[in-house]
Amino acid sequence: MLGIIGKKIGMITLYDGAGDSIPCTVIEGGPCVVTQIKTLATDGYLAVQLGYADKKVKNTSKPLQGHFEKAGSAPKRRLVEFRNFAESLDVKLGQIIRLEDIFKVGEYVDAIGTSKGKGFQGVVKRHGFSGVGDRTHGQHNRERAPGSIGGASYPARVFKGTRMAGRTGGQRVKVANLKVLKIIPEDNLIVINGAVPGPKNTYIILEK
Amino acid sequence: MNELIKVVEAESSVRRQALPDFKAGDDINVHVKIKEGSKERIQQFQGTVIQRKNASTNGETFTVRKVSSGVGVERIFPLLSPNIDKIEVVRQGVVRRARLYYLRGKQGRAAKVKEKRT
Repeated sequence: MLGIIGKKIGMITLYDGAGDSIPCTVIEGGPCVVTQIKTLATDGYLAVQLGYADKKVKNTSKPLQGHFEKAGSAPKRRLVEFRNFAESLDVKLGQIIRLEDIFKVGEYVDAIGTSKGKGFQGVVKRHGFSGVGDRTHGQHNRERAPGSIGGASYPARVFKGTRMAGRTGGQRVKVANLKVLKIIPEDNLIVINGAVPGPKNTYIILEK
Repeated sequence: MNELIKVVEAESSVRRQALPDFKAGDDINVHVKIKEGSKERIQQFQGTVIQRKNASTNGETFTVRKVSSGVGVERIFPLLSPNIDKIEVVRQGVVRRARLYYLRGKQGRAAKVKEKRT
């Protein structure tokens, strides 16, 4: 699977020929460095590890410094492995991968990121429960209550996995089939149709 | 705003420059392209600009208000939409605020914006 690591820059509006406005996300994708190539012989599976965003040598542990030295690259903040990457693109250790090597305008890509953390939320926001639906008719103060969570005498317990309130967001989320609308290679920018998880400046993995 | 977003929005600057300068209080005439089946025609909408929103972004919109046979009508246009054929400034107004929501409650002479003397 081909892919690249990037950073979410923000959202903009574009207009199509019919005058419809399209919500788009601008992502800075790459340039990424090939930091490791995993082979069947040494690792038991095929993968390529890419690195993105520089960090200082003094903030890098000695073992990691050695790892980056092997690839002849500066230390990178984010390392991501892509399975079966080399099947569709020939790569060498230390090679620099750019957006335009991988994506073309009009293609569909998947975006993976960490969604915005929303703290402890009730079931209406967290699981899309519809709430009680009425303020009157004896509802008192339970407009957004979850209702029954199970039988009292049988099974006399709450099933595992029952949807309840709790920590919401801050999870790895993948959004599939986002169309590539524009690529600006000079600035490593890619514009895709639709929204991508997480706040601005968060790391995003784009794959196809 | 982020510099990189400006890079992406840069191409709209050509279209932006083709449009006249106008602000809240001005009377403008908006020529809108309307598709009916395969035919395309131009419709005009003339009224007072009561606000411009999300200025200097691609998503900038403006609201035009007019009173049509006693009923107030407001239309919101995306500034950079390709459906906007052209915009004519009919009359420049003098106003002290950017959002003229106060016009909504007024009728007749009270709803008139003073004209700018040049």
